[in-house]
Amino acid sequence: MTERLDVAVVGAGIIGSATAYYLAARGLSVAVFDREYVTAGATGRCPGGIRQQWSTEDNVRLMMKSVEIYEGLSEELGAEIDFHQGGYLIVAKTEEERRRFEDQMRMQRSLGLPVRWLEPGEIKEMVPQLDVEGIGAIGAAWNPTDGYANPFKVTYAFASAARRLGAEFHLFTPVRRVVVEGGSVSGVETDKGFFGAEFVVNSAGAWSREIAETAGVSLPNRPYRHEILATEPVRRFLEPMVISFHDNVYFRQSHAGAILGGWGDPNEPPGYNLSSSPKFLGRFSRLLISYVPGLRSVRVVRQWAGLYDVTPDAKQIVGEVPEVAGFIQANGFSGHGFMAGPITAKLVAQLISGEPLDLPIEGFSIERFRRGETGREASVVG
Amino acid sequence: MSSEITICRCEDVTEEDVVRAVREYGLTTLDELKRVLRIGMGPCQGRTCLRLAARILARETGRSTSEVMSLYPRVRPPIIPLELGLAALLEGGDGGGD
Ligand SMILES: Cc1cc2nc3c(=O)[nH]c(=O)nc-3n(C[C@H](O)[C@H](O)[C@H](O)COP(=O)(O)OP(=O)(O)OC[C@H]3O[C@@H](n4cnc5c(N)ncnc54)[C@H](O)[C@@H]3O)c2cc1C
Repeated sequence: MTERLDVAVVGAGIIGSATAYYLAARGLSVAVFDREYVTAGATGRCPGGIRQQWSTEDNVRLMMKSVEIYEGLSEELGAEIDFHQGGYLIVAKTEEERRRFEDQMRMQRSLGLPVRWLEPGEIKEMVPQLDVEGIGAIGAAWNPTDGYANPFKVTYAFASAARRLGAEFHLFTPVRRVVVEGGSVSGVETDKGFFGAEFVVNSAGAWSREIAETAGVSLPNRPYRHEILATEPVRRFLEPMVISFHDNVYFRQSHAGAILGGWGDPNEPPGYNLSSSPKFLGRFSRLLISYVPGLRSVRVVRQWAGLYDVTPDAKQIVGEVPEVAGFIQANGFSGHGFMAGPITAKLVAQLISGEPLDLPIEGFSIERFRRGETGREASVVG
Repeated sequence: MSSEITICRCEDVTEEDVVRAVREYGLTTLDELKRVLRIGMGPCQGRTCLRLAARILARETGRSTSEVMSLYPRVRPPIIPLELGLAALLEGGDGGGD
């Protein structure tokens, strides 16, 4: 069709849209393909939580760099993104959790994160509406520089900025196949024809495994449904995101006042199921009322589901695959691809343009599964 | 042409907002408009606003309103807002909804 592209990007979620921006800003020719539209995937279904409290050092470093980008992003892209640092309050319910959090906080502090332990009384001071005794909280890990941003605004801001810099977006254009010739990518075959490209970035979220397969590359990723709901707006009372790994639950209050929250069903089978279940609605409502009894008569207005793209160690895959030159993966983000998006996209752009990387990415290489050297990310709502 | 006429009361979106979003982002579907402007995400689930927005979108993209309406966003459960205290009584059931 047109001349050969420098980069074809598959998927217009946060990862693909931001990658297009950082590539176009480096003067590279980029086209993004999505079989639907910008934010049709997990990005448009997530509540936009941004957390730096992780159990693995490379994720802490990555999210700290991402927060640095988020802090200046509205100005950089010239658009409002509703970025707000109200903190993340991670409730501990067992002594085992307390010990684990203490170890993690020591590691996190050594990397410069201002995280600290809150006693039950301090939690109550911070969020008086939280029923600290009722839920049996023995304390919490607290990081004031965590927060959230609006996933639609962030992603459309990246896409717009990328377009202004010359990136093309081919929406409603499925990629059928990543074409490989002589061990290197040569482009993508789409519903609108073939587009030649030097590099192909696989940022198709939960569909990345299928895209990789068309190039003969096997990814260990599996899709899992995660359900979420939103209530009507209520007067602002909740600054931080509240989460518990024990209950597999999280919730926050939006700019407009709605409570957004989800519960991860530990028995959810892998698959592309996107339906909304009464089981989730009941379970999450009971949990939310137990945490904040005052919300009992607040009404649920919307319930939906999205897909996590999950790897065996719950960590993302970022980088080139050794067997196909020019085929770059940026997927497998479980429940943290939105927060990791800006920095990951920047690293991918640096990798492609041959610049020094802001952070090492060896820990996110696909090779770790092949060598059996995985270090599981434990701090996930899975 | 574009004006201060309110399209969506829940989210306080005007005709001018719709026109600007369609032009700035090159939007072609109601699903995209819903995500960019939150039209239809309020308690009413877009019963009137999406129809009004469809007319503007059709005009802006040179298509018929029915063509635009044929790709209507999924209605998310619950159909009617439901109190958390009542929802908390629900048990089991793995499928359903959209
Ligand atoms: C309920 C829920 C809550 C979450 N909470 C958070 C949170 O608080 N914080 C956080 O950081 N993360 C969270 N996540 C995870 C986060 O949403 C994802 O990790 C992130 O959005 C992934 O972005 P992406 O761009 O990689 O993929 P996606 O946004 O899924 O985009 C992939 C795109 O690829 C397109 N596509 C698929 N197949 C093809 C094809 N063949 N051809 C062309 N295009 C194709 C799809 O249409 C889609 O638009 C949550 C996820 C869910 C589901």
